[in-house]
Amino acid sequence: MPEIQTGAGGVPRLVIEGATKRFGAVRALEDGSVTLYPGEAHALLGENGAGKSTLVKILGGVYRPDGGSLLIDGNPVAFNGPAAAREAGISIIYQEPSLFPDLTVAENLFMGRQPLGRARRIDRAAMQQAAAEIFAQLGVELDPRRPARGLSVADQQLVEIAKALSLNAGVLVMDEPTAALTTVEADRLFEVIRTLRARDAAVLFISHRLEEVFANCQRVTVMRDGRFVTTAPIEEVTVDDVIRSMVGRELSALFPKTETAPGEVVLEVDGLGSEGEFEDVSFTVRAGEIVALAGLVGAGRSEVARAVFGVDRRSAGTVRLAGVELPNGDPLAAMAAGMALVPEDRRQQGLVMEMGVDQNTALASLARLRRRGLIRRADEAALAADWAGRLQVKYGRLRDPAATLSGGNQQKVVLGKWLARAPKLLIIDEPTRGIDVGTKAEVHRILDGLVAQGTAVLMISSELPEVLAMADRVIVLREGRVTAEFARAEADENSVMRAATGQLSGAAA
Amino acid sequence: MTSDLAATSVDVDRPDGAPPAGRRPGWRAAVRWESGLVLVLVAVLLFGSAESSTFLSPSTFFYLGTNTGYVAIMALPLMFIVMTGEIDLSVASMLGLSGATVGFLWHHGWPIWPAFAVALIVGALGGALNGVLVAKAGLPSIAVTIGTLTLFRGLAEILLGSLTVPAPGDRLLPASLTKIGVVPVPGTQLSYSMLIFLVLAVGFGVVLHRTPLGRSLVAIGLQPEAARFVGIRVNRIKLRLYILSGVLCAFAGILLTLQNASVSYNAGTGLELNVIAIVLFGGVSIFGGRGTIPGVVLAVAIVGALQMALTQMNVDPNVQNIVTGALLLLSVVVPSGGEAVRRARARLRRPAPGS
Amino acid sequence: MSVQTQAGPPVGGAQASRLMGLLRAREAGIALLIVLVVAITGLNNHAFLDAQSLQQLLTGAALIALLGVGETLVLVTRNVDLSVGSVVGLSAYVVGDLFKNEHIPVWSGFALGILLGAVVGALNGLIVTVLRVPSLVITLAMLYIIRGVDSMIVNGHTIDPSAIPSAFTAVGYRTILGVPWLAVIVAVVVAIAGYAMRSFRSSRELYAIGSNPDAAGLAGVPIGRRVFTAFVLSGALAGLAGTLFLALHAQVDNSGGSGYELTVISAVVVGGVAIFGGSGTVVGAALGALLLNTISQALVASRVSAFWNEAIAGALLLAAIGFDRWLSLRVTRSLTSARGAHRDV
Repeated sequence: MPEIQTGAGGVPRLVIEGATKRFGAVRALEDGSVTLYPGEAHALLGENGAGKSTLVKILGGVYRPDGGSLLIDGNPVAFNGPAAAREAGISIIYQEPSLFPDLTVAENLFMGRQPLGRARRIDRAAMQQAAAEIFAQLGVELDPRRPARGLSVADQQLVEIAKALSLNAGVLVMDEPTAALTTVEADRLFEVIRTLRARDAAVLFISHRLEEVFANCQRVTVMRDGRFVTTAPIEEVTVDDVIRSMVGRELSALFPKTETAPGEVVLEVDGLGSEGEFEDVSFTVRAGEIVALAGLVGAGRSEVARAVFGVDRRSAGTVRLAGVELPNGDPLAAMAAGMALVPEDRRQQGLVMEMGVDQNTALASLARLRRRGLIRRADEAALAADWAGRLQVKYGRLRDPAATLSGGNQQKVVLGKWLARAPKLLIIDEPTRGIDVGTKAEVHRILDGLVAQGTAVLMISSELPEVLAMADRVIVLREGRVTAEFARAEADENSVMRAATGQLSGAAA
Repeated sequence: MTSDLAATSVDVDRPDGAPPAGRRPGWRAAVRWESGLVLVLVAVLLFGSAESSTFLSPSTFFYLGTNTGYVAIMALPLMFIVMTGEIDLSVASMLGLSGATVGFLWHHGWPIWPAFAVALIVGALGGALNGVLVAKAGLPSIAVTIGTLTLFRGLAEILLGSLTVPAPGDRLLPASLTKIGVVPVPGTQLSYSMLIFLVLAVGFGVVLHRTPLGRSLVAIGLQPEAARFVGIRVNRIKLRLYILSGVLCAFAGILLTLQNASVSYNAGTGLELNVIAIVLFGGVSIFGGRGTIPGVVLAVAIVGALQMALTQMNVDPNVQNIVTGALLLLSVVVPSGGEAVRRARARLRRPAPGS
Repeated sequence: MSVQTQAGPPVGGAQASRLMGLLRAREAGIALLIVLVVAITGLNNHAFLDAQSLQQLLTGAALIALLGVGETLVLVTRNVDLSVGSVVGLSAYVVGDLFKNEHIPVWSGFALGILLGAVVGALNGLIVTVLRVPSLVITLAMLYIIRGVDSMIVNGHTIDPSAIPSAFTAVGYRTILGVPWLAVIVAVVVAIAGYAMRSFRSSRELYAIGSNPDAAGLAGVPIGRRVFTAFVLSGALAGLAGTLFLALHAQVDNSGGSGYELTVISAVVVGGVAIFGGSGTVVGAALGALLLNTISQALVASRVSAFWNEAIAGALLLAAIGFDRWLSLRVTRSLTSARGAHRDV
């Protein structure tokens, strides 16, 4: 395939330099710097909390930077809102595109800008024609006349990209675009990105799938702890270089690991399936061990966890906890048997943001706190204070809403809520996502301490270093199926990534 | 890893430590609201006694009880329903249907207690209809309860037609029961319906503020997903709340029938406004998750006293509705207005939108 | 290395036109139902098919259909307007009073009625958009406040036919080519509104607001302005309906329009307007009104007691909501491009 010339060396499409952003006492961004040339696909890498999201929101006009400069085609600009950013030619494609389900694809593209005919009435034919043309340019088949309802995430993304194109976007920022896509859809997306690049647009690509980055991007910028770390053409770096820049320290120092001898089988999952999500998943977890479910986002890991816990109904298979078979779709039964689930989404699933720290901590233990049918605030507070102490949660007052806590402390409250039940099995989904580095280590210590006491832990994580450092066994899921299982000694980045992405041969770039 | 970027509005997830957007600490706001209500109650009592010499008399208190007691009883389950983020507009129609059921059976010679039992069963069934459609079928509660509002009233009309029971030739309703409309609880000036309301209010209050179910209700209203993840059976609770509402509204219908010693199909038409006004005016948030029993009890007192005062001033009931409507308005405008002012002030302080 | 890129199952013209067909089918289905009901009732009671009876089908539905247009505008944005019935009553009485005491010209009566309704709508709209009060609550409160104000103004009087210019009441009973003027006026309004809702950017934005409010904001849609306008129009149409009420009945006390809001919502939902916004047409709403009225008059003609009307209306509404939900689930499932979770090329 002929290489597309990037404009590297000429006038950059976009330069953001030294951008800073603070929220109260929290420094989300200390030095955000990226340079984009026309025609290039540029990867922005960094762990969670590295500042990528803040940087992107500044580019999109959602946040105003406290400092730093932003140049579009060499001219300094300042955005006072998302509309201004759009007008400057910057389009952000979010991971979960938000379309109008009741309206047609064409109308979604042109809302507010529909082509007009006589007497200022909307010219539907022209609108559909224009939409069809854009899709043809992108090389995809989507009927502009169909409603947006029911479009797959992949197709929704394409509609968003088409919208950006129709707005003559010079810069497209894509946030984890392949996270929810199948291999086929991802390939199609990269073809589309090539088309965009051929039109001299610059694409800023946020991703954690390093093999995709190395296969499709020309340059890469790495951020860490809110700062720019390095930028380089992709040929000049290796995966290891990049990871080292992202993490910035020796892996072992981050993750304490006490060797424990695993005990009895606590969790037995057999032939578990959920229609459309995953199929024929079987594994066991023993007391005192950490089993990690690894894989790319969209592989179905959280779905497996939810089906095991009972929040989602399963369509096939059985789940046994300590030998007791659990009924389908019954979280209460799972909890009674000794299971706990720290969910992926802290804000929507893990905590009731507007409830106090005390009530949140007690929420899973209400039956146990009940005396003659009643609950006393004092008992709730005592439970919360106890666990907040043990987990070193920083809060103002116990009654303060959970929303006032930092992400790390919020996660600790969720942990405290479940650990208060002394579960036999703790399922924890993305234990350290969106948490500052210091608290990360604390959470790992907590997990480590748990298994030392004999609890079984099933951990879902998209952070490979975390998985490799903490897990006694790694089970890899890909597109809803178990593709590999590794013991601690056998697991390394290469093997896990290969199993996660389905590459049967060849090293990572 | 899934990113933190959200596709939606400017008020996105704030990174660690950022000030939270949204509503303020619940308990502080609730206390402030109730204090306000106490002031309003005092104001209303002063107003009433100024406008009518008979206002602060024992008989006023009694009639306030008979006029407001049965309405207040309906407000209790509605409060719980609203706190879980749903609504029930069919409350007054169920009251009417239950009364019509009693009237219909009585007219056909049934003894009174079985007639009551049937009415309560009808209430449970009607509530179950609401509950199944909302909680199991997932239909929007506004639309469903507008439908059942019409349906129940229609069924009441089918049962009684243009009849008022007791019709000429019917037995009179048992005096031992209808006396609750004329005679207070012995030793007090409290009407029976008001007493029943107060007892129920205490029960509801204990459940709401002191039991796991109460905590679950708040959780469901504030964050239904998180509630599910703690094992709270959201749908089952909502179904049971609607059934409870049906039964209590049916019970209120029985009380009204006895108090009036008669019933016709349009009993209680339009009462849903009063019930909703009491609930919202009592500080229960229409968005769910917030509300206190003391607030609702105060609201009952205020609405009842106001209506009493206006009636004693010979104000037309339709015109009285202006006041009830205004109270309803205030009860949502004031907190929203506060939010709007806060937002405007914050916008002025910040350099420009997009921060 | 080139990879064969083929998207998911072709989401092509076939499925899209099937869906469009489904949407039109709602309106066609209702029209069909109307015809069926008339036919079946006519078989049992020939008088039902008389010119007068058929005209009555139209006039009986006219006001609700008119209100349905305004209600659709509001519902589409994910709001609701429960105050329309009270506005009808107020506007009918005020205009009647003005005819009686101030002897205003006929066109003036129409203008003032519409203006009065628009003012109430503006009030509703302001409170909803600026103060962010849920429309359910504010319009419910308005329902009672306006009814109360109406009672205060009416104060026990009535407007009777003698007070109203005959040119005005002519609207209520005159026909043209056998079709009542009232029905023609309403049909014209429905046609204009239907055209506008399809053809102008601002009306499409109403649908966007109801379909996904957050995305609408991001797309730059002036949500406040649009929702405000929807309420103003709903109020204005209610004011017009009140004036027509006066023309039709030539008699008003303080109970004019009472209970209309529930009938309107039932009609509109039956006609295919989603209670949560984003979809539905004014034509469908008008047809829904016609259907409800036809059923109610068919019941009378079939000598079913009038007492069954309300219960049937309630049951119909519940059936319509349930049917809509079922339909939308089916449609979503058929439109959903298979996620292809386990398909490897």
